[in-house]
Amino acid sequence: MLYHHEEILETVRMINHDLLDIRTVTLGLDLRSCIHPDPQLMAQQIKDKVTTEARKLVAVTNEVERELGIPIVNRRVATNPIADLGAAALAAGHRDFFPLLAQALDEAAQESGIDFIGGFSALVEKGASHADLALIESLPEALSSTSRVCSSICLASTKAGINMDAVAKMGSIIKEAAELSAGQACAKLVVFANAPTDNPFMAGAFLGAGEPEMVINVGVSGPGVIRAVVESIPDLDLGGVAEAIKRAAFKITRMGELVGREVSRRMNIPFGIVDLSLAPTPAAGDSVAQILEAMGLEICGTHGTTAALALLNDAVKKGGTMASSAVGGLSGAFIPVSEDQGMIEAVQAGVLTLSKLEAMTAVCSVGLDMIAIPGETPAETISALIADEMAIGMVNNKTTAVRVIPAIGKKTGEMISFGGLLGDAPVMPMKEKAASIFIKRGGRIPAPLRSLTN
Amino acid sequence: MNLVITVVGQDQVGIVARVSSILADHKGNIIDLSQRVMTGGLFTMIMQISLLDRERFAALEKALGELEGELNLKIMVQREDVFRFMHRV
Repeated sequence: MLYHHEEILETVRMINHDLLDIRTVTLGLDLRSCIHPDPQLMAQQIKDKVTTEARKLVAVTNEVERELGIPIVNRRVATNPIADLGAAALAAGHRDFFPLLAQALDEAAQESGIDFIGGFSALVEKGASHADLALIESLPEALSSTSRVCSSICLASTKAGINMDAVAKMGSIIKEAAELSAGQACAKLVVFANAPTDNPFMAGAFLGAGEPEMVINVGVSGPGVIRAVVESIPDLDLGGVAEAIKRAAFKITRMGELVGREVSRRMNIPFGIVDLSLAPTPAAGDSVAQILEAMGLEICGTHGTTAALALLNDAVKKGGTMASSAVGGLSGAFIPVSEDQGMIEAVQAGVLTLSKLEAMTAVCSVGLDMIAIPGETPAETISALIADEMAIGMVNNKTTAVRVIPAIGKKTGEMISFGGLLGDAPVMPMKEKAASIFIKRGGRIPAPLRSLTN
Repeated sequence: MNLVITVVGQDQVGIVARVSSILADHKGNIIDLSQRVMTGGLFTMIMQISLLDRERFAALEKALGELEGELNLKIMVQREDVFRFMHRV
């Protein structure tokens, strides 16, 4: 079959100029076969299993990347929630062994050459087991002493409500992790409402309940492609803009579908989902904020931003759904502040605020992401910020998340740097009035009514 | 194995000859070829080829990679599936 030259050049331009890439091929890997009452033995088995499978992933994705000529930026592994592995060792009387397991995951990641490993996780939206609590307690040490291990904690769901005891706990865990690591550990820690079981993106990737022994999930990105499309149609009305975004999202997602099928076939592992998420990077032009600005906003964060983002998020989903029989994960637009040059500039201009970001999370995927806050913010205030975001996810039956970084020793307006894809973030102001009495009440916010939805 | 090769860079004598010669060496059969020089001397070429022996892919890619460096061009070698997936429903 021959192709029109315009078609070939369009694809080549998307890759070379507009930074179309496969952000990640993530191998979901069940580690329950490694459960052992002796933590040392368990750690060794975890390391061996992850290293073996991850090496295959790296080799195959390198081959596919070369043949297709599409950059695959990250190779990742997502394990089932590691808290689930710890009950036997706890019952045998061992304590404080979760950092050892994190170490094993980190060593496996480094030795096999994958970029991140997710799943150092616990799902506690309704309540926490002993092992869940032990894992959560270990997070500051585990994440500060490793470089590639990512953690997600599910605190709320539409069906269970919000576990406010866990929300209260995570405020202090995040603060402690920041103090131990100058903030770096917090970039690898996210809390969720309605955590997806098949998300390939970090820090939130884990292999959830109901998933197979192993599975290939692909995360595609391409804010630069969408931005270029929107910039090329200054005269269309917003219906036309949505249509153009859908077409571009379709094309981007097809690349994820192709890569997923190829990797799956070569590894003989089922292909799970394509997650079409517009995940920005610090590179020039690879920005979700600039897509919104291309629609006609003077700067991201001003009035109209939520509407523009709603249009973008929906059009991306519609285009992506047509392109793959299995779209899943988060699939939408990400709005991480530190990873998006346009967001950083909007914050620095004083237009994009935490309150506006919170409103934006009601209409796009994920939530308050990669946001630096003053290091002196009280733990209860962090918990209250989390509670608000969990409530948005719970009530709207969608995934929301919080990944905030208390910038120790820094105040509003100063910058904190994370390096690589994680970028730099300006420290954003928090409200100074307390919510500590509300947070200290603890308990559970009940699941919401699903009718009478006004 | 069908491939699409795109070549972009500053125009100079012998680009088509050099690329074609490498293809012939690796049993690559040219199915379609389009080449033009834009104003300002920007050379562009798109080739659609059939590689008779897919085992030769790595060697072909390596040879074209060396040519890319030698002539200071951008040469992309991609499986045809990329374009089929993106542009055909």
